Amino acid sequence: MAEYALILVSTILVNNFVLVKFLGLCPFMGVSRKLETAMGMGLATTFVLTLSSVASYMVNAYMLEPFGLEYLRTIAFIVVIAGVVQFTEMLVHKTSPMLYQVLGIFLPLITTNCAVLGVALLNTQAQHSFLESAIYGFGAAVGFSLVLVLFAAMRERLAVADVPVPFQGAAVSLVTAGLMSLAFMGFSGLVK
Amino acid sequence: MLEAILILTLIAVVFGLLLGFAAIRFKVEGDPIVDQIDSLLPQTQCGQCGYAGCRPYATAIAADEADINQCPPGGETVILSLADLLGKDPKPLSEEHGVEKPKMVAVIDEQTCIGCTLCIQACPVDCILGAGKQMHTVIEKECTGCELCLPPCPVDCILMVEVGSDPSTWKWPYPGQKEPQA
Repeated sequence: MAEYALILVSTILVNNFVLVKFLGLCPFMGVSRKLETAMGMGLATTFVLTLSSVASYMVNAYMLEPFGLEYLRTIAFIVVIAGVVQFTEMLVHKTSPMLYQVLGIFLPLITTNCAVLGVALLNTQAQHSFLESAIYGFGAAVGFSLVLVLFAAMRERLAVADVPVPFQGAAVSLVTAGLMSLAFMGFSGLVK
Repeated sequence: MLEAILILTLIAVVFGLLLGFAAIRFKVEGDPIVDQIDSLLPQTQCGQCGYAGCRPYATAIAADEADINQCPPGGETVILSLADLLGKDPKPLSEEHGVEKPKMVAVIDEQTCIGCTLCIQACPVDCILGAGKQMHTVIEKECTGCELCLPPCPVDCILMVEVGSDPSTWKWPYPGQKEPQA
Protein backbone atom coordinates (compact mmCIF):
# COMPACT_ATOMS: atom_id res chain seq x y z
CA MET A 1 0.00 0.00 0.00
CA ALA A 2 2.78 2.42 0.96
CA GLU A 3 4.38 1.65 -2.38
CA TYR A 4 1.31 2.91 -4.28
CA ALA A 5 1.07 6.06 -2.15
CA LEU A 6 4.73 6.63 -2.94
CA ILE A 7 4.06 6.37 -6.68
CA LEU A 8 1.23 8.90 -6.34
CA VAL A 9 3.30 11.46 -4.41
CA SER A 10 6.21 10.91 -6.73
CA THR A 11 4.23 11.51 -9.93
CA ILE A 12 2.13 14.39 -8.61
CA LEU A 13 4.79 16.45 -6.86
CA VAL A 14 8.35 15.20 -7.13
CA ASN A 15 8.51 14.01 -10.72
CA ASN A 16 5.71 16.20 -11.99
CA PHE A 17 5.31 15.50 -15.70
CA VAL A 18 4.98 19.11 -16.78
CA LEU A 19 7.34 20.98 -14.50
CA VAL A 20 10.08 18.40 -13.88
CA LYS A 21 9.94 16.03 -16.85
CA PHE A 22 8.83 18.78 -19.30
CA LEU A 23 6.20 16.59 -20.97
CA GLY A 24 2.82 17.90 -22.09
CA LEU A 25 3.95 21.51 -22.37
CA CYS A 26 1.69 22.36 -25.32
CA PRO A 27 -1.66 22.03 -23.50
CA PHE A 28 0.04 23.56 -20.43
CA MET A 29 0.61 26.73 -22.46
CA GLY A 30 -2.39 26.44 -24.77
CA VAL A 31 -5.30 25.74 -22.42
CA SER A 32 -4.21 27.69 -19.36
CA ARG A 33 -5.69 31.02 -20.38
CA LYS A 34 -8.95 30.45 -18.51
CA LEU A 35 -9.52 28.57 -15.28
CA GLU A 36 -12.68 26.82 -16.49
CA THR A 37 -11.16 25.34 -19.64
CA ALA A 38 -8.10 24.35 -17.63
CA MET A 39 -10.27 22.39 -15.21
CA GLY A 40 -12.19 20.71 -18.04
CA MET A 41 -8.97 19.83 -19.80
CA GLY A 42 -7.53 18.46 -16.56
CA LEU A 43 -10.57 16.21 -16.07
CA ALA A 44 -10.52 14.90 -19.64
CA THR A 45 -6.77 14.29 -19.53
CA THR A 46 -7.09 12.45 -16.22
CA PHE A 47 -9.66 10.11 -17.72
CA VAL A 48 -7.70 9.52 -20.92
CA LEU A 49 -4.32 9.09 -19.19
CA THR A 50 -5.54 6.52 -16.67
CA LEU A 51 -7.42 4.55 -19.31
CA SER A 52 -4.64 4.69 -21.89
CA SER A 53 -1.89 3.68 -19.45
CA VAL A 54 -3.95 0.62 -18.46
CA ALA A 55 -4.75 -0.20 -22.09
CA SER A 56 -1.18 0.17 -23.23
CA TYR A 57 0.02 -1.99 -20.32
CA MET A 58 -2.29 -4.75 -21.51
CA VAL A 59 -1.27 -4.38 -25.14
CA ASN A 60 2.38 -4.50 -24.11
CA ALA A 61 2.07 -7.45 -21.71
CA TYR A 62 -0.31 -9.67 -23.66
CA MET A 63 0.31 -8.85 -27.30
CA LEU A 64 3.82 -7.48 -27.77
CA GLU A 65 6.00 -9.22 -25.20
CA PRO A 66 4.87 -12.84 -25.83
CA PHE A 67 5.95 -12.46 -29.46
CA GLY A 68 9.13 -10.50 -28.75
CA LEU A 69 7.80 -7.43 -30.55
CA GLU A 70 8.90 -4.78 -28.04
CA TYR A 71 10.31 -2.67 -30.85
CA LEU A 72 6.73 -1.98 -32.01
CA ARG A 73 5.85 -0.30 -28.71
CA THR A 74 5.76 3.29 -29.93
CA ILE A 75 3.47 2.71 -32.90
CA ALA A 76 1.22 0.32 -30.98
CA PHE A 77 0.85 2.80 -28.12
CA ILE A 78 -0.02 5.59 -30.53
CA VAL A 79 -2.82 3.44 -31.95
CA VAL A 80 -4.02 2.67 -28.42
CA ILE A 81 -3.99 6.33 -27.37
CA ALA A 82 -5.80 7.49 -30.51
CA GLY A 83 -8.46 4.85 -29.93
CA VAL A 84 -8.91 5.74 -26.26
CA VAL A 85 -9.18 9.47 -27.01
CA GLN A 86 -11.78 8.85 -29.71
CA PHE A 87 -13.71 6.68 -27.29
CA THR A 88 -13.54 9.36 -24.59
CA GLU A 89 -14.80 11.96 -27.03
CA MET A 90 -17.88 9.88 -27.85
CA LEU A 91 -18.48 9.20 -24.17
CA VAL A 92 -18.24 12.88 -23.20
CA HIS A 93 -20.43 13.90 -26.13
CA LYS A 94 -23.13 11.51 -24.96
CA THR A 95 -22.95 12.01 -21.22
CA SER A 96 -22.18 15.72 -20.87
CA PRO A 97 -22.79 17.93 -23.92
CA MET A 98 -21.84 20.99 -21.81
CA LEU A 99 -18.33 19.70 -21.09
CA TYR A 100 -18.06 18.60 -24.73
CA GLN A 101 -18.73 22.16 -25.84
CA VAL A 102 -16.33 23.67 -23.33
CA LEU A 103 -13.47 21.36 -24.29
CA GLY A 104 -14.12 21.65 -28.03
CA ILE A 105 -11.00 21.06 -30.09
CA PHE A 106 -8.83 20.32 -27.02
CA LEU A 107 -10.41 16.91 -26.56
CA PRO A 108 -9.07 15.36 -29.80
CA LEU A 109 -5.82 17.23 -29.21
CA ILE A 110 -5.12 15.06 -26.14
CA THR A 111 -3.99 12.48 -28.72
CA THR A 112 -0.92 14.58 -29.38
CA ASN A 113 -0.25 15.28 -25.70
CA CYS A 114 3.26 13.91 -25.25
CA ALA A 115 2.61 13.22 -21.57
CA VAL A 116 0.15 10.48 -22.57
CA LEU A 117 2.67 8.63 -24.73
CA GLY A 118 5.37 9.43 -22.17
CA VAL A 119 3.46 7.72 -19.36
CA ALA A 120 2.84 4.62 -21.49
CA LEU A 121 6.51 4.34 -22.45
CA LEU A 122 7.84 5.08 -18.95
CA ASN A 123 5.50 2.40 -17.57
CA THR A 124 7.13 -0.28 -19.70
CA GLN A 125 10.59 1.12 -19.00
CA ALA A 126 10.07 0.93 -15.23
CA GLN A 127 8.43 -2.52 -15.63
CA HIS A 128 5.37 -1.56 -13.59
CA SER A 129 2.68 -4.10 -12.77
CA PHE A 130 -0.94 -3.62 -13.88
CA LEU A 131 -2.03 -1.71 -10.77
CA GLU A 132 1.20 0.26 -10.63
CA SER A 133 0.69 1.39 -14.25
CA ALA A 134 -2.86 2.50 -13.50
CA ILE A 135 -1.73 4.50 -10.44
CA TYR A 136 1.26 5.92 -12.30
CA GLY A 137 -1.01 7.13 -15.10
CA PHE A 138 -3.56 8.53 -12.67
CA GLY A 139 -0.89 10.28 -10.61
CA ALA A 140 0.69 11.79 -13.69
CA ALA A 141 -2.71 13.11 -14.77
CA VAL A 142 -3.48 14.56 -11.34
CA GLY A 143 -0.09 16.28 -11.34
CA PHE A 144 -0.75 17.61 -14.82
CA SER A 145 -4.20 18.91 -13.81
CA LEU A 146 -2.81 20.44 -10.62
CA VAL A 147 -0.14 22.55 -12.31
CA LEU A 148 -2.50 23.37 -15.20
CA VAL A 149 -5.10 24.79 -12.82
CA LEU A 150 -2.48 26.61 -10.72
CA PHE A 151 -0.92 28.10 -13.83
CA ALA A 152 -4.31 29.13 -15.25
CA ALA A 153 -5.14 30.91 -11.98
CA MET A 154 -1.84 32.80 -12.19
CA ARG A 155 -2.36 33.70 -15.84
CA GLU A 156 -5.81 35.09 -15.10
CA ARG A 157 -4.16 37.49 -12.67
CA LEU A 158 -1.29 38.18 -15.06
CA ALA A 159 -3.81 39.24 -17.70
CA VAL A 160 -4.76 42.30 -15.66
CA ALA A 161 -1.30 42.97 -14.23
CA ASP A 162 0.87 45.85 -15.37
CA VAL A 163 3.56 43.91 -17.24
CA PRO A 164 6.46 45.79 -18.89
CA VAL A 165 6.07 45.90 -22.67
CA PRO A 166 9.01 43.58 -23.60
CA PHE A 167 7.64 40.89 -21.27
CA GLN A 168 4.01 40.97 -22.40
CA GLY A 169 2.28 37.90 -23.79
CA ALA A 170 4.17 34.64 -24.14
CA ALA A 171 7.32 35.94 -22.48
CA VAL A 172 5.82 36.53 -19.06
CA SER A 173 3.94 33.22 -19.25
CA LEU A 174 7.16 31.33 -19.93
CA VAL A 175 8.96 33.17 -17.12
CA THR A 176 6.09 32.26 -14.77
CA ALA A 177 6.22 28.63 -15.86
CA GLY A 178 9.97 28.60 -15.28
CA LEU A 179 9.56 29.97 -11.75
CA MET A 180 6.85 27.39 -11.05
CA SER A 181 9.16 24.65 -12.28
CA LEU A 182 11.88 25.97 -9.99
CA ALA A 183 9.46 25.85 -7.07
CA PHE A 184 8.50 22.26 -7.88
CA MET A 185 12.17 21.28 -7.96
CA GLY A 186 12.02 21.96 -4.22
CA PHE A 187 10.03 18.74 -3.82
CA SER A 188 12.95 16.62 -5.01
CA GLY A 189 14.34 14.72 -2.05
CA LEU A 190 10.83 14.15 -0.70
CA VAL A 191 10.82 10.72 -2.33
CA LYS A 192 13.96 8.95 -3.50
CA MET B 1 8.05 -10.06 -39.49
CA LEU B 2 4.76 -11.69 -40.35
CA GLU B 3 3.61 -11.86 -36.76
CA ALA B 4 4.51 -8.17 -36.29
CA ILE B 5 2.13 -7.29 -39.11
CA LEU B 6 -0.53 -9.64 -37.74
CA ILE B 7 -0.29 -8.25 -34.20
CA LEU B 8 -0.50 -4.64 -35.36
CA THR B 9 -3.47 -5.51 -37.57
CA LEU B 10 -5.09 -7.27 -34.63
CA ILE B 11 -4.65 -4.22 -32.37
CA ALA B 12 -6.08 -1.94 -35.05
CA VAL B 13 -9.05 -4.26 -35.63
CA VAL B 14 -9.80 -4.55 -31.91
CA PHE B 15 -9.81 -0.77 -31.46
CA GLY B 16 -11.77 -0.32 -34.69
CA LEU B 17 -14.46 -2.68 -33.42
CA LEU B 18 -14.50 -0.98 -30.02
CA LEU B 19 -14.93 2.45 -31.64
CA GLY B 20 -17.57 1.15 -34.04
CA PHE B 21 -19.49 -0.29 -31.12
CA ALA B 22 -19.11 2.95 -29.14
CA ALA B 23 -20.33 4.98 -32.12
CA ILE B 24 -23.58 3.00 -32.13
CA ARG B 25 -23.93 2.71 -28.36
CA PHE B 26 -23.22 6.39 -27.58
CA LYS B 27 -24.89 7.88 -30.60
CA VAL B 28 -26.03 11.46 -29.99
CA GLU B 29 -29.35 12.15 -31.57
CA GLY B 30 -29.89 15.79 -32.34
CA ASP B 31 -33.45 16.94 -32.88
CA PRO B 32 -33.34 18.93 -36.12
CA ILE B 33 -37.01 19.95 -35.95
CA VAL B 34 -36.38 21.91 -32.72
CA ASP B 35 -33.56 23.81 -34.45
CA GLN B 36 -35.79 24.58 -37.41
CA ILE B 37 -38.63 25.87 -35.21
CA ASP B 38 -36.17 27.85 -33.10
CA SER B 39 -34.75 29.55 -36.18
CA LEU B 40 -38.25 30.78 -37.13
CA LEU B 41 -38.96 32.32 -33.73
CA PRO B 42 -38.00 35.99 -33.26
CA GLN B 43 -35.45 35.30 -30.45
CA THR B 44 -36.76 38.08 -28.23
CA GLN B 45 -36.58 35.68 -25.24
CA CYS B 46 -39.54 37.63 -23.84
CA GLY B 47 -41.35 34.68 -22.27
CA GLN B 48 -44.80 35.87 -23.33
CA CYS B 49 -45.54 32.37 -24.66
CA GLY B 50 -45.31 31.03 -21.11
CA TYR B 51 -41.92 29.39 -21.61
CA ALA B 52 -38.53 30.58 -20.40
CA GLY B 53 -37.36 31.62 -23.87
CA CYS B 54 -37.57 30.88 -27.56
CA ARG B 55 -35.68 27.59 -27.42
CA PRO B 56 -37.87 26.03 -24.69
CA TYR B 57 -40.95 27.14 -26.62
CA ALA B 58 -39.56 25.51 -29.78
CA THR B 59 -38.95 22.29 -27.83
CA ALA B 60 -42.52 22.41 -26.54
CA ILE B 61 -43.92 22.92 -30.05
CA ALA B 62 -41.87 19.99 -31.34
CA ALA B 63 -43.19 17.80 -28.52
CA ASP B 64 -46.75 18.93 -29.37
CA GLU B 65 -47.17 20.44 -25.91
CA ALA B 66 -47.69 24.02 -27.06
CA ASP B 67 -49.72 25.61 -29.82
CA ILE B 68 -48.12 27.59 -32.62
CA ASN B 69 -50.03 30.80 -31.90
CA GLN B 70 -48.43 31.86 -28.61
CA CYS B 71 -45.76 34.23 -29.89
CA PRO B 72 -46.92 37.87 -29.89
CA PRO B 73 -43.60 39.42 -31.05
CA GLY B 74 -43.54 37.11 -34.04
CA GLY B 75 -47.17 37.77 -34.84
CA GLU B 76 -48.89 36.47 -37.92
CA THR B 77 -45.67 35.98 -39.91
CA VAL B 78 -44.27 33.47 -37.43
CA ILE B 79 -47.61 31.65 -37.11
CA LEU B 80 -47.83 31.28 -40.89
CA SER B 81 -44.28 30.01 -41.28
CA LEU B 82 -44.66 27.61 -38.35
CA ALA B 83 -47.91 26.28 -39.84
CA ASP B 84 -46.11 25.84 -43.13
CA LEU B 85 -43.20 23.98 -41.51
CA LEU B 86 -45.31 21.69 -39.35
CA GLY B 87 -48.18 21.15 -41.80
CA LYS B 88 -50.77 22.56 -39.40
CA ASP B 89 -53.60 25.00 -40.01
CA PRO B 90 -52.70 28.61 -39.21
CA LYS B 91 -54.83 30.21 -36.53
CA PRO B 92 -55.01 33.73 -35.09
CA LEU B 93 -52.73 34.79 -32.27
CA SER B 94 -53.98 33.53 -28.92
CA GLU B 95 -55.33 36.47 -26.92
CA GLU B 96 -54.16 35.34 -23.50
CA HIS B 97 -50.52 35.58 -24.57
CA GLY B 98 -50.69 39.17 -25.77
CA VAL B 99 -51.28 41.21 -28.87
CA GLU B 100 -49.03 41.98 -31.80
CA LYS B 101 -47.32 45.35 -31.45
CA PRO B 102 -45.02 47.32 -33.71
CA LYS B 103 -41.32 46.82 -33.00
CA MET B 104 -40.28 48.66 -29.84
CA VAL B 105 -37.03 49.27 -28.03
CA ALA B 106 -36.48 50.19 -24.41
CA VAL B 107 -35.00 53.58 -23.61
CA ILE B 108 -33.76 54.53 -20.16
CA ASP B 109 -34.47 58.04 -18.95
CA GLU B 110 -30.96 58.73 -17.79
CA GLN B 111 -31.94 61.66 -15.55
CA THR B 112 -34.19 59.45 -13.43
CA CYS B 113 -32.09 56.27 -13.38
CA ILE B 114 -30.70 55.55 -9.91
CA GLY B 115 -28.30 52.80 -11.00
CA CYS B 116 -29.91 49.89 -9.16
CA THR B 117 -28.87 47.23 -11.78
CA LEU B 118 -32.27 45.46 -11.42
CA CYS B 119 -33.06 45.85 -15.12
CA ILE B 120 -29.64 44.43 -16.07
CA GLN B 121 -30.52 41.21 -14.27
CA ALA B 122 -33.91 41.05 -15.97
CA CYS B 123 -32.65 41.56 -19.52
CA PRO B 124 -32.64 38.21 -21.37
CA VAL B 125 -30.29 39.39 -24.13
CA ASP B 126 -27.87 41.33 -21.93
CA CYS B 127 -28.30 44.60 -23.80
CA ILE B 128 -28.41 46.95 -20.79
CA LEU B 129 -25.10 48.48 -19.81
CA GLY B 130 -24.31 49.93 -16.40
CA ALA B 131 -22.96 49.34 -12.92
CA GLY B 132 -24.10 49.88 -9.36
CA LYS B 133 -24.92 53.55 -8.68
CA GLN B 134 -23.93 54.43 -12.24
CA MET B 135 -26.32 55.50 -14.95
CA HIS B 136 -27.56 52.63 -17.14
CA THR B 137 -28.21 52.67 -20.84
CA VAL B 138 -29.72 50.36 -23.45
CA ILE B 139 -27.79 49.15 -26.46
CA GLU B 140 -30.54 49.87 -28.94
CA LYS B 141 -29.27 47.53 -31.64
CA GLU B 142 -29.40 44.53 -29.31
CA CYS B 143 -32.74 45.31 -27.62
CA THR B 144 -35.56 42.96 -28.63
CA GLY B 145 -38.35 45.02 -27.06
CA CYS B 146 -39.43 42.23 -24.71
CA GLU B 147 -40.46 44.63 -21.91
CA LEU B 148 -39.03 42.34 -19.22
CA CYS B 149 -37.03 45.26 -17.79
CA LEU B 150 -40.13 47.37 -17.09
CA PRO B 151 -41.56 45.61 -13.97
CA PRO B 152 -38.34 45.49 -11.89
CA CYS B 153 -37.50 49.20 -12.31
CA PRO B 154 -38.20 50.91 -8.97
CA VAL B 155 -38.36 54.43 -10.41
CA ASP B 156 -40.17 53.61 -13.69
CA CYS B 157 -37.51 55.24 -15.79
CA ILE B 158 -37.66 52.79 -18.72
CA LEU B 159 -39.87 53.73 -21.65
CA MET B 160 -40.80 51.63 -24.63
CA VAL B 161 -40.32 53.60 -27.82
CA GLU B 162 -41.57 52.51 -31.20
CA VAL B 163 -38.85 52.07 -33.79
CA GLY B 164 -39.95 54.47 -36.47
CA SER B 165 -38.96 54.05 -40.08
CA ASP B 166 -36.20 56.17 -41.48
CA PRO B 167 -35.01 56.37 -45.08
CA SER B 168 -32.85 53.25 -44.66
CA THR B 169 -35.57 51.02 -43.19
CA TRP B 170 -38.71 52.35 -44.90
CA LYS B 171 -40.57 49.96 -47.16
CA TRP B 172 -43.74 50.06 -49.18
CA PRO B 173 -46.83 49.16 -47.14
CA TYR B 174 -48.68 45.94 -47.98
CA PRO B 175 -51.75 46.38 -50.24
CA GLY B 176 -54.79 47.42 -48.25
CA GLN B 177 -52.68 48.62 -45.32
CA LYS B 178 -52.46 52.22 -44.31
CA GLU B 179 -49.00 53.72 -44.40
CA PRO B 180 -47.86 54.27 -40.78
CA GLN B 181 -47.38 57.88 -39.80
CA ALA B 182 -43.72 58.55 -39.18
